[in-house]
Amino acid sequence: MTSNNSHFVAPMDETPLLATDALKNEDAPLSLWVDAWRKLRRRPLFIMSALLIMALTVIALFPSLLSTVAPNDGCELANSEGGPSAGHPFGFTFQGCDIYSRVVHGTQASLSVGVLSVICVLIVGVTFGALAGFYGGWLDTVLARLGDIFFALPLILGALVITQLPLFRTNKSVWTVVLVISLLAWPQMARITRGAVVEVRNADFVTAARALGLSRFGTLVKHVLPNALAPVIVLATLELGVFIVAEATLSFLGIGLPEGVMSWGHDIAAAQSSIRTTPEIMLYPAAALSITVLSFIMLGDAVRDALDPKSRQR
Amino acid sequence: MVRFILRRLLQVIPVFIGTTLLVYYMVFALPGDPIAALFGDRQPPQAVIDTLRSQYHLDEPFWVQYGLFLRNLFTFNLGNDFTGQPIAATLARVFPVTAMLAVEALIIQAVFGVAFGVFAGLRRGGWFDSTVLVASLVVIAVPTFVLGFVFQLIFGVNLGWAKPTVGASADWGNLLLPAVVLGLVSFAYVLRLTRASVSESMNADYVRTATAKGLSRPRVVLAHILRNSLIPVVTYLGANLGGLMGGAIVTEGIFNVPGVGNKLYQAVLRTEGPTIVSIVSVLVLVFVAANLLVDLLYAWLDPRIRYDQ
Amino acid sequence: MRDKKMTISDVQVDEADYSGIRPLLEIRDLAITFKTSGGDVQAVRNAHLTIMPGETVAIVGESGSGKSTTALAAIGLLPNNGAVSHGQILLDGEDIAHATEKRMIELRGNTIGMVPQDPMSNLNPVWKIGYQVKETLRANGRPSGPDDVAQVLSEAGLPDAHRRAKQYPHEFSGGMRQRALIAIGLSCQPRLLIADEPTSALDVTVQRQILDHLDTMTTDLGTAVLLITHDLGLAAERADKVVVMYRGQVVEAGPSLALLQNPQHPYTKRLVESAPSLASRRIQVAREQGLEASDLLAPVAEAAASDQVLQIQDLRKVYKLRQGLGKTTAFAAVDGVSFDVKRGTTTAIVGESGSGKSTVAKMVLQLEKPTEGKILFDGVDTSLLKSSELFKFRRRVQPIFQDPYGSLDPMYNIYRTIEEPLRVHKIGDKASREKKVRELLDQVALPQSSMQRYPNELSGGQRQRVAIARALALDPEVIICDEAVSALDVLVQAQVLNLLADLQANLGLTYLFITHDLAVVRQIADHVCVMEKGKLVETGSTNNVFESPQQEYTKALLNAIPGAKLMLPPEVA
Repeated sequence: MTSNNSHFVAPMDETPLLATDALKNEDAPLSLWVDAWRKLRRRPLFIMSALLIMALTVIALFPSLLSTVAPNDGCELANSEGGPSAGHPFGFTFQGCDIYSRVVHGTQASLSVGVLSVICVLIVGVTFGALAGFYGGWLDTVLARLGDIFFALPLILGALVITQLPLFRTNKSVWTVVLVISLLAWPQMARITRGAVVEVRNADFVTAARALGLSRFGTLVKHVLPNALAPVIVLATLELGVFIVAEATLSFLGIGLPEGVMSWGHDIAAAQSSIRTTPEIMLYPAAALSITVLSFIMLGDAVRDALDPKSRQR
Repeated sequence: MVRFILRRLLQVIPVFIGTTLLVYYMVFALPGDPIAALFGDRQPPQAVIDTLRSQYHLDEPFWVQYGLFLRNLFTFNLGNDFTGQPIAATLARVFPVTAMLAVEALIIQAVFGVAFGVFAGLRRGGWFDSTVLVASLVVIAVPTFVLGFVFQLIFGVNLGWAKPTVGASADWGNLLLPAVVLGLVSFAYVLRLTRASVSESMNADYVRTATAKGLSRPRVVLAHILRNSLIPVVTYLGANLGGLMGGAIVTEGIFNVPGVGNKLYQAVLRTEGPTIVSIVSVLVLVFVAANLLVDLLYAWLDPRIRYDQ
Repeated sequence: MRDKKMTISDVQVDEADYSGIRPLLEIRDLAITFKTSGGDVQAVRNAHLTIMPGETVAIVGESGSGKSTTALAAIGLLPNNGAVSHGQILLDGEDIAHATEKRMIELRGNTIGMVPQDPMSNLNPVWKIGYQVKETLRANGRPSGPDDVAQVLSEAGLPDAHRRAKQYPHEFSGGMRQRALIAIGLSCQPRLLIADEPTSALDVTVQRQILDHLDTMTTDLGTAVLLITHDLGLAAERADKVVVMYRGQVVEAGPSLALLQNPQHPYTKRLVESAPSLASRRIQVAREQGLEASDLLAPVAEAAASDQVLQIQDLRKVYKLRQGLGKTTAFAAVDGVSFDVKRGTTTAIVGESGSGKSTVAKMVLQLEKPTEGKILFDGVDTSLLKSSELFKFRRRVQPIFQDPYGSLDPMYNIYRTIEEPLRVHKIGDKASREKKVRELLDQVALPQSSMQRYPNELSGGQRQRVAIARALALDPEVIICDEAVSALDVLVQAQVLNLLADLQANLGLTYLFITHDLAVVRQIADHVCVMEKGKLVETGSTNNVFESPQQEYTKALLNAIPGAKLMLPPEVA
């Protein structure tokens, strides 16, 4: 520009004036969930984990589809640590049982403990977390202290103590393991829910709903909770994996599922004695366990990315 | 800062009382004869029963019992295990080993986790980032006890780089392999957390302002991105100490490390209820104290915390 | 920047000073492209501007116009996915559009400084203020002892600088933080300072002080300033030249006053017409239509026109603040406020942050209980309402909130959002509710096709229209607007204000308008209540308050309106 004070005006055809604040009408309406689903669908990580989880669910529900051999039938010491043979693709355990069948039948316990624990934790944790976060006051204080106390009791240590109780000694079952895990893990879920609810509860749309005449509880259920769910869903998915590990660890230590229930944790513990000679015996249940956990962790990771509010700003 | 420390100390007391009360209540106050319950199916000798009765003051009212239990805990009067050894003496012997193991594991997860996380976070989307992300998922998915056996087999038995079982010769070198196993899962979590935290603070306004001031890139990364990213990582490390203790039970069992976890594991195998309760109570005490330390570190890293009311 | 009453002759004197001097910064034909997942997006095209040494140039535009992007390119701070794709950025003749990072680090701080927008997020919360100044001085090779740091801070108008330097950002108020950021930006005496909306997050009176101080400092140092702002009034008042950007392009540029008095480009014209800080009269459209409307509604409107729909009497709200260790202190957020609101009119409550104006709104809406005092609605004491009566009250008094991003539930589509009040109050069946929603969308000038959309797909102005439609769904008599237009761009703000004025005329609505922006008050309100620290300091009709304010505080507020000192011919204003 030559003169400093020239008055420049852009030619009109270069910058046609748009109507102020026109509505862009090109794309289809997207809700948060539809949007997240579209993002998920494109992630290879999600597709892989979803397929794995579907396969695992089928195996857990109908183990006999994949294995005609019952896990404890035909265990013959003659087959001890035997290699793969026809009809027994993974070989035999120290006790001479079919590893393949045991791995297939172990799926059920792992998944049911994981899923049931997550459901319990969700029910208890979300209820307490949401109430404490939304109403505050003494409930919040009590919950915070209770959370601190449980927080100071790490999962495995706490489980060690609880499982020494007569109640748990005599009635070992899937349900006792679920109870132990839920008892020790719900405070974390409550904390996350509380945090999310506190973040939403003062939003203008919540105040607006109250000004409409909706009750306090009504706003909590209709507006606050749905908007606080994203972190809860992410944590629940990740915890599925964590709880499956916890069950296997407890069973491995001998304080988890009862001996009669097929569990990868048990089989890994039993395979310890053969580790130097035939490590494959441990390899198969260990791989099954790891793959199961991996698929839930991958799912949680993908869901977290898809629900990330930062990726949704326009 | 002094007020913050005092306030935190005051907050720790109810947590400690609550936790020990919970443990104690579950074992000694639920319906049924606690002594019989502690021994499960076995019938202990009468002498042991009598010792336990006086040790836990079971004839007194519950609150007196609990109070005396707390006093015993703080005076390290923890009673004897089933072989007649005083538990306090055993703990004093094995605790340093576990402390060594835990410190080594903590260093591994903190140093490597943060370093890898920072590199991945600074170059988000690059090949290093993508590789490390997938690898960390796999590491998280493999449970510690599986990892323990695999590493024992590969590095201990097959390659012979380390002793497969530690036994009595517990020193920094021999504990390295179990420490790696113990720290690996948390290492992956630390890595992912650091990465997320770094890439978030990279986009923070104050980082852009720091660059606009004319600071060099290394200074911006060190003083502004890294310093701020460490805050959530430190919180995680503190919270995870409990997980480390749980993991120590498994790891020490597998590698036969003569530590607290191993003693606990053996007590579990032998269903020695009183020993378990004593050791867990001590561990809770340690955990709460360690978390207090982490909180102070946290307050040092984040000045906003100190002034919170 | 020069603080003065600007006239044409001043500008000409300035021009004479510049003759024969090379521009400090010259941007030529600049294009900036962002790589996104949806392909390349050109954020800036054909941008050009010139800044002479010591001169202040303002870039004016709405959000997304490319004004900040252009300025960030000049200091080499474009986001990672953005790059200069065409053109030159000449600093003293040197093209820095593609300069190496090493060269940019040399320039930043001591040649080009920056004062960022949001004082809350631009200081690192974990370092002491003094350290953040010190590292700036050190990085640019200047003495950085405690005294140097304190001097830099006190020059920016921070009293007690030695002590302040040892504090953390969270111990500072917003205005003090902005002063610290100005101190940092000017600490190495740069030749060019980029000030990106340096005061838009602050209260008007603080804003004025800080801009005045920035003026003085840059004049003393001879620093040229590139001022980014959305406020045309502020730009014209503070800058020698104004550059108007629209959709990534420069549409008009020239000396401030000339451009304001004689805007050429239709966009600039539109901007000048709607700039609230330049407007001096209440929106008239509504008034004229209002007369006709009240004729049509004669029986109802006549009877109601005279009465006071809201009477606020000695309202007090005391909060207990926790002081730690179980101690609490009482804090009166609202302290003895009384005023009346006449049916069918607009009453504005004006005040800065912390004045208690929003607390009054919450109490009128029955979302907070007053500690003392009464709120009479239609002559009835609202504190005596039973819950069923309160439910009916809610139909008659509805709010519209500030944040267009927070006021709509992101999980609800537009239809459900507007239909919710009808459902809650069990009005009509499904079909009649849908009909009502369609009518409401028409009323706020949104296409009916937007019913299935979600809030995140709408712009701020459109969301605010949806919020208005929701508030209107129950046919209320009183609408409480809590900063309802504060977050919107100027043109959109004008549009929404016009909509509100039309609705008032057509529906006989009463507005209680809570705002910090006096310029907006002038456009929409009949009566004004000025609040300061919980107390009502002045009330009166809008014209009286604006033309002859009685209280010092009101005068200060009025003075602080950007552009208030500009002398513009009435036909423009």
